[in-house]
Amino acid sequence: MTIVHRIRSLVGTDAVLETDGTGLPRVAPRSEEEAALVLRTASEAGWRVRVEGARRWSPDDAPADLALTTQRLSEITFLDPADLVATAQAGVAWDDLRGALADQGAWAALDPPGTGRSVGSVVATATAGPLRGGFGNVRDHVLGLTLVTGDGRVVRPGGRVVKNVAGFDLAKLATGSFGAFGVVTSVTLRLRAVPRADMTLVATGTRDGLLGAARRILGAGITPGALELVAPAAAQAADWALAIRLIGADAEVQATRNAVGGAAALGFAELPAHESARLWSDILAGAESGPTTVRLGTLPSALDDALDLVAHHLPEAWLSATVGSGTIRWSGDTTHDRVKLLRHQAAQQEIPLTLERAPWPMRESLGHFGAYREGVGRLVGQLRRAFDPHGTLVVPVDAVA
Amino acid sequence: MTIPAGVLAALSAIVGPGWVRQSDAELETYAGDGLPTHRSRPGAVVIPGTREEVIRIVRELASHSIPFVARGAGTGLSGGALASDDAVLVVLTRLTRILEVDPANRLAVVEPGVVNVRLSAAAAPHGLHYAPDPSSQTVCTIGGNVAENAGGPHCLKYGVTTNHVLELEVVLPDGGVATLGSRNGEPWGPDLVGLFVGSEGLFGIATRITVRLTPVPTAVRTLLADFAALRTAGEAVSAIIRSGLVPAALEMMDRNCIGVVEASIYAAGYPTDAAAVLLVELDGADEGAVAAECAEVELLLRESGARTVRVARDEAERTRLWQGRKKAFGALGRLSSDLVVQDTVVPRSALPDVLEQLEAIGNELGINVANVFHAGDGNLHPNMAFDGSDEAAVERVERASAAIMKVCVAAGGTITGEHGVGSDKRRYMSLMFDADTLGAMHAVRLVFDPAEISNPGKVLPAHACREWKMGVAS
Repeated sequence: MTIVHRIRSLVGTDAVLETDGTGLPRVAPRSEEEAALVLRTASEAGWRVRVEGARRWSPDDAPADLALTTQRLSEITFLDPADLVATAQAGVAWDDLRGALADQGAWAALDPPGTGRSVGSVVATATAGPLRGGFGNVRDHVLGLTLVTGDGRVVRPGGRVVKNVAGFDLAKLATGSFGAFGVVTSVTLRLRAVPRADMTLVATGTRDGLLGAARRILGAGITPGALELVAPAAAQAADWALAIRLIGADAEVQATRNAVGGAAALGFAELPAHESARLWSDILAGAESGPTTVRLGTLPSALDDALDLVAHHLPEAWLSATVGSGTIRWSGDTTHDRVKLLRHQAAQQEIPLTLERAPWPMRESLGHFGAYREGVGRLVGQLRRAFDPHGTLVVPVDAVA
Repeated sequence: MTIPAGVLAALSAIVGPGWVRQSDAELETYAGDGLPTHRSRPGAVVIPGTREEVIRIVRELASHSIPFVARGAGTGLSGGALASDDAVLVVLTRLTRILEVDPANRLAVVEPGVVNVRLSAAAAPHGLHYAPDPSSQTVCTIGGNVAENAGGPHCLKYGVTTNHVLELEVVLPDGGVATLGSRNGEPWGPDLVGLFVGSEGLFGIATRITVRLTPVPTAVRTLLADFAALRTAGEAVSAIIRSGLVPAALEMMDRNCIGVVEASIYAAGYPTDAAAVLLVELDGADEGAVAAECAEVELLLRESGARTVRVARDEAERTRLWQGRKKAFGALGRLSSDLVVQDTVVPRSALPDVLEQLEAIGNELGINVANVFHAGDGNLHPNMAFDGSDEAAVERVERASAAIMKVCVAAGGTITGEHGVGSDKRRYMSLMFDADTLGAMHAVRLVFDPAEISNPGKVLPAHACREWKMGVAS
């Protein structure tokens, strides 16, 4: 019996979608139980499975025997605006979730890079955008999730309350692991009320001048919602830009605006609402402007050196840096060797480089994470064997030795 | 079973004979933590003075398959730092160095024995502090906070321990050393820092902890509102959360707790005829902005049915209002020889119903349940004072605890919000998690500690974990 026949007999004919011309069967489970059944079968049969979300951020080019898409796991199953908690299945479009939350006066303080992302993709890759500097990384918003492991077991760590220390925090393990431990099928997020005031300020200038201003803002004890240093190619301008987002109650935002102006010693333009929305969505969309996107983590005080390092190894392209968290994201067209050398040089300065997006040959060779720090590689390898004992999930997290 | 003499000699050689405890009297002082219903005397106690000594101790114990339990200040409330007589207690309170405070990058690097409040004091000259503030913060250690993923009143706005830990150097249970995360907060691989924080000592011992520091708010307003009914107070909490304002803290005390506090030396001027009081704190960098938020919260409280709302006029009044809250556990401790501080979380919108159910449980079992808790997080702390020498009383407290767990889980909550599972709550883990989820947790435990010698017998209910077979493929 072919794989398609097996899958059809397991989950029904209509759960198997048309192939995309490559002949690879694509199954769209409608429940966690169906996803578990498919993966259990695949694990026993020795099939290799690649997991797909909206197919907008990560390319769907990993060689496999079967594709599993989360697109029919598309319900917002729980939304409590009084409690500020929501549960969404992995296939829900991030934009749809944002809209549904806004209708209820709620807001997730996350602005994932890219366009058309799914909830599962954002959580599995832990791709936070500029708001990371003010509101934390994706992990800080996830209260619980459902993970279907590589061998088809359903694991439900965490819960629906904003504070919870029952058991080990497997939700953190799953968040940002690129699906190495299983398919994230459902996520419970901590929300906030829609901000009453949301102001965007922009200044342009030289990289070092703006970075100095950003550091003075942080040094004055101010933590803007976003404090983003944007390269000319990303700002679509001749100069670098420093974009600041102030979020909160009206009086607080006004006061912070004044404090920012004083600390930065720099003239800022306050953007009207429609322009600020476009600015931030352009910045996010640019993160997938090239076939490859990398993320580096450094300290705010070491951002200059890290930016120099990136400029030395990668071509000038889209680049944006979240100053408060020391995160640099670059997207463009480059070679395997350049990324490899950059990762090597960065590691020597204690700067991790995560390969967020790239064509399959680069992902396979370099891995999303590459090499680890002392003592960590063994742990990651054994955790993978615990969650995906037959290597069913095609997820290249490590570099090929 | 006792610890073999050869091992004790080896431990003495590592730390010096003065730092190994083995007499009955000495061991007895380590037989309990903050949970009065459980006691267990360790086989020996060793008190290392450096990270290198910790590594050598763990290697020595691992080579003899001798279990060990790491312990900080022993303020835990779930029996997590108790060791049995076949295990060695590794006390980390000599590892007290603050290795680095880096104001430009808002971070600090500390050893595990650093007392929580000392770190904030060290950061204060730079206008920074360490935000998670457990009620025991004048005593408890950062290492213990990491193990338990500790919370505190101001975690409503600033997040709990896990939101503030960037990097960990850990000694694994086989004596190996691993560096998890990175000091800039990028996980550098899967998020093993997030996995380690809150693992209650089952994955090893953190010897070097890098944490995020947070600017000290320069403007603060504290309000006290009192209510004629518990339900009304719970509804006020929901109204504030829904409003979009994020108070730094939103704490509640019920009638039983108010009465005890006001009868103690910690009296804060809470109205003793109130069914509940809410303590709300707002903070920020700008006086005017915080004053505006304060006015709005005052209005919300009045609209929600508060009888009176009082805004602290000065620092002295603010300190007094907080003293009643922070010392409530101390005041409750006067009631009887023993005090169980329970810890559960429910959805904030469920608070009014759940509080009534807890009251009913207390009435049914004849126990005086006093609630003092982090209402803004839905994190309940029902307190039960009792005489530990009275077996019937202990049994009633245990029955009440079990009933409280069931009520809170049924409301969509959890069995612990910040105190951990430890020895005490293993029996309730199956209320929260199915056999596969517990099995996955056990599998992760085996990755870190295949011999299961690091804090054995805690967190996981062995019988309820479905067995996981580990694969060989990579």
